[in-house]
Amino acid sequence: MGKTFSKPEALSSNMTHYCPGCTHGIVHRLVAEAIDELGIRGRTVGVAPVGCAVLCYNYFNFDFQEAAHGRAPAMATGIKRVRPDLIVFTYQGDGDLASIGMGEIIHAANRGEKFTTIFINNAIYGMTGGQMAPTTMPGQRATTAPTGRNTDLTGMPIRMANLLKELVTPGYITRQAVLNPKQINKAKKAIKKAFEYQVANKCFSFVEVISTCPTNWGLTPLDALKWAEDTLLPYYELGDYKIPE
Amino acid sequence: MAKVLMKGNEAIGEAAIRAGCKNYFAYPITPQSEVAEYLAKRLPEVSGVFLQGESEVAVGYMIFGAAGCGERVMTTSSSPGISLMSEALSYIAAAQCPAVFVNIMRGGPGLGGILPSQADYFQATKGGGHGDYHLLVFAPDGVQEAVEMTMNAFTLAEKYRGPVMILGDGMIGQMMEPVEFPDNLKSEPSNKDDWATSGMDTRKSNKRNLVRSLFLDPTELNNNNLALKAKYARMKKEEILYEGYNTDGNYKVLIVSYGTMSRVCKTSIDMMKEEGIEIGLLRPRTLFPFPEEAVFKAATKESCKAVISIEMSMGQMVEDVERCVRGQRKVDFYGECGGDIPTPEKIIEVIKELI
Repeated sequence: MGKTFSKPEALSSNMTHYCPGCTHGIVHRLVAEAIDELGIRGRTVGVAPVGCAVLCYNYFNFDFQEAAHGRAPAMATGIKRVRPDLIVFTYQGDGDLASIGMGEIIHAANRGEKFTTIFINNAIYGMTGGQMAPTTMPGQRATTAPTGRNTDLTGMPIRMANLLKELVTPGYITRQAVLNPKQINKAKKAIKKAFEYQVANKCFSFVEVISTCPTNWGLTPLDALKWAEDTLLPYYELGDYKIPE
Repeated sequence: MAKVLMKGNEAIGEAAIRAGCKNYFAYPITPQSEVAEYLAKRLPEVSGVFLQGESEVAVGYMIFGAAGCGERVMTTSSSPGISLMSEALSYIAAAQCPAVFVNIMRGGPGLGGILPSQADYFQATKGGGHGDYHLLVFAPDGVQEAVEMTMNAFTLAEKYRGPVMILGDGMIGQMMEPVEFPDNLKSEPSNKDDWATSGMDTRKSNKRNLVRSLFLDPTELNNNNLALKAKYARMKKEEILYEGYNTDGNYKVLIVSYGTMSRVCKTSIDMMKEEGIEIGLLRPRTLFPFPEEAVFKAATKESCKAVISIEMSMGQMVEDVERCVRGQRKVDFYGECGGDIPTPEKIIEVIKELI
């Protein structure tokens, strides 16, 4: 019997620094599989964010740049504009993309930059230690919202996929999750499709991935999956928000 | 090649193209928007990339991304815009990527004004962004020198793998002067395969490249800072530029002045010469590295009794002048920073008070 399962070439052999139960590892693998399947590893440049995934280049195996907080879409714009033959993607969390980097992501999407953004939404700041994010749910506790997010003072959570779909410029905008195997398979298809649109030089592509942060949510990995199902998914509805003509 | 009459801002844009830079990202700001307007027209003619970013913050990182691929790239802005780009400058310096930044200075602080100024001397030469880094800073005194320095900036950015700044002012950007363009630069960025994220296929290599500024290991971070320090030490040996004006004779006072201000000082020196008063000028053409020994030597000439730094600021370069004179002469300062450039007559009045 031949080999039926192996590590994608686009992943390195390094151990990750991610916490037990964190879904970054799953999404890394899906991205790597898509890159391998499309045979684009040798012309791919990733852009790392600031946040838990700041060191994600240690786990991938191709060229990478590391951005300042929130600026990954601007860096990806610079790369893609001067080297349109390269395949470029940003990998960003919700503090990075939806807070400090809101301007950069909206304008990159609106210009229809031909790169891909993988957006990890786990409703909290991970790396800095569980502070409130723009995506934190009402009442959800965070280290900077010790009694839970007060929406009178901080507004409602930002739904990035919903926001970006309103731009008139064509794009591929989708929201997926990686809380169970069925969702993971769908997320994989969406990520691959996002890269396919880029390979075809078609449009900006954006995959929001509902993820977990057991450590900063204060839950076990299993409870975190359940909490995300019960609390995040009703507010962050899954599915394709926009598909190019 | 024949001379052409060009506005400074447009000449800087043309110089970039002739230096082989076909990538330009910028955000509009007075008094340098003509660079962007010129290149918006000109770059498509040479199949180049022109993009107006959504902010100077974003533009700084577009430059970073492009530079990280090893492609020649430039942006231009003016003082408040450079403040916003200073974050990216710190990252680009740390990640050791070549890029050219032009600051056509206007008055500050805050929104300040839109008239010429030299009030960003500290920002340009002492950092601007966070961390231990320097820019190689050129200070042209007119359109011709702005063109030459812009073209050289690309070669030097690649030699040192770091950001280079052209520090002009609103007068240099806005005025028209006859200019002769040097021959086009041909050299390709050197050794970029060792570090640039140009894609492994492009390099025909299995080794991937990283462009980064995060070094969590203290030894690694210290080593990166030592590498930067070594580059700045090399710049001090190899890149210092300055001009002496009327410094052969026995001058009583040495003026230190750069850019537009130095041209006014030259007129004052010529006028005083007719009255029999000898005044010398030392004009730094690089502000970092600063011509330390040249300033010391010119200041300590026997005939020279006093030194004065004349700037369109409230006194910034004077701190470097004082440092270089090492207490051997009294160092005075004169400066205005509202946008009105001091007249030759005013400079003469100030100098005569010193004598």
